[in-house]
Amino acid sequence: MITVKYFASLKGIAGKEEDRFDLGGETTLKKLGEAVAKTSPVLGEMVRDRKIMISVNMDVAGDDTIIHDGDEVALLPPFSGGSF
Amino acid sequence: MSTALESKIRIQREDFVVTDEIEAIKKVSRNIGGIVTFLGTGRELSKGENITQLNFEHYPKMAEKKLEEIREKAIQDYKIIDMIIIHRIGEIDIGENIVLIVAAGEHRKEAFVACEWAIAELKRITPIWKRETTSNGEVWVQATP
Repeated sequence: MITVKYFASLKGIAGKEEDRFDLGGETTLKKLGEAVAKTSPVLGEMVRDRKIMISVNMDVAGDDTIIHDGDEVALLPPFSGGSF
Repeated sequence: MSTALESKIRIQREDFVVTDEIEAIKKVSRNIGGIVTFLGTGRELSKGENITQLNFEHYPKMAEKKLEEIREKAIQDYKIIDMIIIHRIGEIDIGENIVLIVAAGEHRKEAFVACEWAIAELKRITPIWKRETTSNGEVWVQATP
């Protein structure tokens, strides 16, 4: 199972904090996006088209990142920590 | 309440005491000759709207990992002696402490540069998000200058 975590504004869109998907031994962000689209088409598009930062096991993912069974994926909206 | 130097990287709900952190970092080395601090606090006015409360959320473990990366890079690249980074999460009222960076160097110059770089890098790479509550409701801040 792949765990997908939603944070901040994306948690509101998803209506939940996380999802779990069974996508076999390994998969791609594109295929994960199709699975996430079942929860939210908007979030699915964000993942598929890389409109937001995505981490896999807490490292920032790239276009060619392979996601393995058991990985933790997080959808990360633009950060706004600190103060200014 | 967390005590100073429990860890040099902390993400915590409770407030911190700036002077305790400064005293803690002074104990690291007798070669420290300049300490620069950045203290970020909750501001009332944002984009023309009055904020009544702030709420910070983080991605546990990844946020701490990024803060540790920032600390290690600051020490290595700017040749400072040590750095403490603390960020609060949860509900924070106007005027309360949000974030503290303490950079300690042999001289003031590298401590100033490291401190300024660290807060900019924190905002850039650390998965922490701010939600502002105003009279018009709540909004997640998508980006800060």
